[in-house]
Amino acid sequence: MAEFLIAAAGFVLAMVALGLARILRGPGDADRMMAAQLLGTGGIAALLLLAAGTDVPAAVDAALTLALLAAFVAVAFVNNAPRTDAAERRATDG
Amino acid sequence: MRVLFDSFTVLAVSAGAVFFLAGTVGLLRFPDSLSRLHALTKADNLGLGLVVLGLLPQATGPLVALKLITVWLLAQLAGAIVTQLVARAVRRENQEA
Repeated sequence: MAEFLIAAAGFVLAMVALGLARILRGPGDADRMMAAQLLGTGGIAALLLLAAGTDVPAAVDAALTLALLAAFVAVAFVNNAPRTDAAERRATDG
Repeated sequence: MRVLFDSFTVLAVSAGAVFFLAGTVGLLRFPDSLSRLHALTKADNLGLGLVVLGLLPQATGPLVALKLITVWLLAQLAGAIVTQLVARAVRRENQEA
């Protein structure tokens, strides 16, 4: 049972590593942001699987923290995205 | 009883892994940003949801199970918010381009 969980964690991390290729190729900032979001979620899943696989309950707390922080990454991205909205550009240029 | 739990865990976790695979492949292969976002949220919500569902019977105590569910709810909340924000950013970029 434990081996299966650890193998599943490895598989999820492999998927996330595959998804990170989108950061290299991603045309827009949003695509790179998505890969970072996938990294967050994949990290949470892998942590939970490892917590169950290796009977380390502390890893569940680490996943809880990662789940909290994953949201702020995107909020920071959207806030700092270049404010190119037409209305805002008029406001800033005026 | 134990075998029932273990087989359920194997099934649910592998289903979650399949959704991660589908989400990642979708993230890489889809043509434009919004469809990639669609694929990404599938991996997020369903992949993680099924993994957590599969891990519940393995939880050593009710507190750990509750913590697993909390992690999943937080990830759901984060995923929903993130998707809306990124979609708005993508739409705003498309308006300029």
